[in-house]
Amino acid sequence: MQISEIIQALGLKAFTESAGLSRNATGGYTCDLLSDVMGHSQSGQIWITLQTHKNVMAVASLRDLAGVILVNGLMPNADMLAQAIEEGIPVLGTDENAFDISGKLFILLGK
Amino acid sequence: MLFEYSIKGGDFSTAGQASSRFKKVLQQLNVPPQTIKRIVIALYEAEVNIVAHAFEGTINIEVQPGYVVMTLTDKGPGIPDIEKAMEVGYSTASPKVREMGFGAGMGLSNIKNNADILEIQSKINQGTTLKITVNLNQENVIKE
Repeated sequence: MQISEIIQALGLKAFTESAGLSRNATGGYTCDLLSDVMGHSQSGQIWITLQTHKNVMAVASLRDLAGVILVNGLMPNADMLAQAIEEGIPVLGTDENAFDISGKLFILLGK
Repeated sequence: MLFEYSIKGGDFSTAGQASSRFKKVLQQLNVPPQTIKRIVIALYEAEVNIVAHAFEGTINIEVQPGYVVMTLTDKGPGIPDIEKAMEVGYSTASPKVREMGFGAGMGLSNIKNNADILEIQSKINQGTTLKITVNLNQENVIKE
């Protein structure tokens, strides 16, 4: 499913505005440990996390993730946002916690 | 082909840059995505280990027709007990590094799981050298 459709369906904020909206998401991975995401996520997944620093984008890019959703109303640091735009990887946000948004994404993607 | 990258210890703003640059090289060389994944996971973890633990380091990568050898040499504290360091969950990372979501004791095992050969040499108060070999023709490799 396209990122733009997911934004609409789940009412997400798009911090990166138009960047990467046409990327396709195949699933999700919910975790705040970067090495776990590095080792176990699959390309095309959306990463759900509370980490807001630039290294998130390094991992997302290296693992070919579809995008990042920040939970609990968190906002990306300026350098994270700049790298996300540069890489064309969407960074989205929600006021919901990781459990709730993961559940909604799971249902939306028909998992 | 030979590639060299310099790594600055403690500078998390540039962590992953060398891995990212080498990933682009692998894509240009048409290495299969599954093999790129293994190389990049191992390289990124080793790069982050230098940033998190050492003062500085160098990555030398040799690309051969059948394999890639990545040698990461750092000047740093060294690893007192390599066997212990290989255990999942064991970490000596600082609280600051852990807050960022690193230092969960998964790095070296991620490297081992994605390498075909992993050699570690370390001297206390001098530094550590990791030699990571990944075969490029994965269908010829029998993994456990």
